[in-house]
Amino acid sequence: MAEQHTPMLSLRGLTRRFGGLTAVDAIDLDLTKGELISIIGPNGAGKTTLFNLVTGLDRPDAGKVSFEGQDITGLSPERLAAGGIARTFQLGRVFGNLSVMDNVLIGAHTRLRAVKPAVPVIGPLLELGLALLRPASVRAEEERLREEVKAILARFGERLLPRIDQPAYSLSYANRRRVEIARALALKPRLLLLDEPTAGMNPTETAEMQGLVAELKAEGLTILLIEHKLEMVMRLSDRVIVMDEGKKIAEGPGEVVRGDPKVIEAYLGHGLSETPERESVV
Amino acid sequence: MSSWLDYTINGLIVGNVYALVAVGLALIFGVSRLINFAQGSIYLVGAYIGWVAVVQLHTPLPLTIIVVAVAAAIVGLIIERFGLRPLQNSVRIAPLLATIGISFVLDQLVMLTFSPNPRALPSQLPDVRFQVGGGTIGPLDLLIAGVGLTSALLLFVFLRYSKLGWAVRATAQDRDAAMQMGVDVNHVNQAVFGIAAALGGVSGLLVGMYYNQIDTAMSLQATLKGVVAEVVGGAGNVPGAVIGSLLLGLVESYGVAVFGTSYRNLFAFLLLVIVLVLRPNGLFASARQAPPEPLTGTFIAPSRPVRIPRWALLVTAGVFAILPFFPVSFYVLQTLINAWLLGMLALSLTLVAGTVGQVSLGHAALLAIGAYTSALLSLTLSVPVGLAIIAGGLMSAALGTLLISPSFRLRGHYVSIATLAIGEIVSLVILNWESVTRGPIGISGIPPLSLFGYDLVSPTSIYWFSFVVLVVLALLQGRLLGSHLGRSFRAIRDDDIAARAYGLGLNRYKSLAFIFGGFAAGVSGGIAAHLYSYINHETFNTQQSILALTVVILGGLGNVVGAIVGAVALVGLPEVFRIAAEYRILIYGIVLLLLVRFRPQGLLGTI
Repeated sequence: MAEQHTPMLSLRGLTRRFGGLTAVDAIDLDLTKGELISIIGPNGAGKTTLFNLVTGLDRPDAGKVSFEGQDITGLSPERLAAGGIARTFQLGRVFGNLSVMDNVLIGAHTRLRAVKPAVPVIGPLLELGLALLRPASVRAEEERLREEVKAILARFGERLLPRIDQPAYSLSYANRRRVEIARALALKPRLLLLDEPTAGMNPTETAEMQGLVAELKAEGLTILLIEHKLEMVMRLSDRVIVMDEGKKIAEGPGEVVRGDPKVIEAYLGHGLSETPERESVV
Repeated sequence: MSSWLDYTINGLIVGNVYALVAVGLALIFGVSRLINFAQGSIYLVGAYIGWVAVVQLHTPLPLTIIVVAVAAAIVGLIIERFGLRPLQNSVRIAPLLATIGISFVLDQLVMLTFSPNPRALPSQLPDVRFQVGGGTIGPLDLLIAGVGLTSALLLFVFLRYSKLGWAVRATAQDRDAAMQMGVDVNHVNQAVFGIAAALGGVSGLLVGMYYNQIDTAMSLQATLKGVVAEVVGGAGNVPGAVIGSLLLGLVESYGVAVFGTSYRNLFAFLLLVIVLVLRPNGLFASARQAPPEPLTGTFIAPSRPVRIPRWALLVTAGVFAILPFFPVSFYVLQTLINAWLLGMLALSLTLVAGTVGQVSLGHAALLAIGAYTSALLSLTLSVPVGLAIIAGGLMSAALGTLLISPSFRLRGHYVSIATLAIGEIVSLVILNWESVTRGPIGISGIPPLSLFGYDLVSPTSIYWFSFVVLVVLALLQGRLLGSHLGRSFRAIRDDDIAARAYGLGLNRYKSLAFIFGGFAAGVSGGIAAHLYSYINHETFNTQQSILALTVVILGGLGNVVGAIVGAVALVGLPEVFRIAAEYRILIYGIVLLLLVRFRPQGLLGTI
């Protein structure tokens, strides 16, 4: 019964300071299951730092992060990944020397069961032994995941499938972003955090990406999105949160937020255009 | 009471000497984020130039110091210009490997010129002691303190009030911004390497005079001590390096006072490991700093491995398997046995350094653990040799992983420093733990190789035995790389932050790599112990670690076939060309430098 009311992700007073700078300043946020919230704001507003706090790559100085009602503040990223939180990175962090297939298979790492028996203490040694011996169950699991990766890659049309065995460093920038998203999907996430998925993409590619995110939302995935392309934000978001200098300055449906004088001031007052390409360079 | 004052004075004086090395390291780290493993070699060069000046040219002291400073600075400039500047835009592993290679080349050049025997470097000051409080102090102590203070003052004035000094500080703060403001970064690098080398050279001279003896082993010790002091003070932090040096000097001096001389280095390295684990940014860094910048370049060179068809591998393996049936000399078999043993070590290191990206410089310690375990088990408990070797492998896997685990949270250069220190700790423990390891006497009379009760003493049987072990280890490692662990290891190497975000715990997977690699190295060490029949704490030394690293780079990082090809090439080619033993290490160093510069992915490519 609590499920209806417990938000999937809940942030309370989340704060992170770097020296004298408060990068994230007392942020509150509730994200319900199946919802898509976009976070927008000028460069340096603290959006990516907020992602790092939610995904365990950085620890907050104050405040609390809850996931499905459980306090997850300060848990390690590997624990959170196992709990079903997946993210992409603003600057693109694919594994350059791994093939597209292997990159996406890493996304499914937390779902390995046959080769990673949940046995305390000697679990890692069993994992080593099973990886070397490869009994039928392990082979079957690997085969199943490989098929699944191909199905995920098929969602990107012919962008990635023909390059499945190529190392990621040889891909175009846009394709690396796609590999990142494919890797996140392979985790079968319950919460997906996308950090500027269309950065550096041309209008056609952006439209494709927008279509994919819309599909994911329609499938019921809960998504937190950082994005600069306002058209995409307006079309996809259930709600929009605007951050500036670490603070939440506006929250609400896209059309409302868009006309908020504080929001306009935050963008224009900092002398930044809304052109996303400029943002992505930094 | 009085002796405590003596130990304090001694600690501060020695600390002053370390400071001269550490400040140079801090300056270089500041502007180029590089730990210069060749700093100790410059110190060595300084000591020997000082010896030439004092003993052969009879220069007066002030002139000796100037000659040493200028000559060392020139060496520093040469290193910067020809060793490091060409690598500015290459992957991050390249300059690290280059300074290791340069260090070996310089050390060997000094050794070939002056012979490895220690030489006396007389102090040019009168040998008197003054009473100070309850302790004594000599003119040389005062000279060292004076040189330390003067250079600190000169450096302060240079950094604070000269235009080039501003450029150095600006580059250290933000290299890109400095370049955009028109700072000539090459000029800054030159200045920094020149200053660092001059300080390092003078330090070598003073230490030589202080102990009245110089030898070529000084180099590695100086690098290690300087790095310890620098890391304790916070990498790149110049005043921190000075304080770290004095602290290190005091810790060592008091440690010697309580436990004895052979414990001096143990304290230094323990201090390093403790600081690296608890406060990797140094004692004076604020507890929590901004998370590290996303790494833009990859650590290793991206490349496509050379594909070797399976039949070619089978045919080659077959040829080597039946080789003893042909009329080949024992000499050829003996050479190949050495190559197979080195190949096992290289398999281990290529997994750890290549596949997981942890460039270990203490890998010989794993050999030592395996060798001692196997030797002691077969000698004292009469365990059959075959079982003892496997036990040696298991002990290396377990103990090696445990010892290295403090370095799992470190990255890049720090892993190399930590593993170097851990390797030294293992060697020092073997030296000092006499009740078990028989200390400096070593272990003699180790039983020969035997299997199921049959002694393997003929070169042919030893050849087959080591070849089969190598092939089995290589096949296992190939299988490992093809599993989910292979891609997990490589993912951690390519981007550990993204890897963690996808559930790959660094401790778990680095441990698994070290367990597997430790086993291979331990087996290699175990076999070696039974072949040599005598081992001591110096049998498995840093030279072997560096040799293995060269093999790994030559074959291609992470490349299993490459590791074996590299081992055969580095062991075999010097034999083919009849190169005298004393030149070999020099050639290995040059090979490493050339590879880093011209073919960083190795012969067969990174996997």
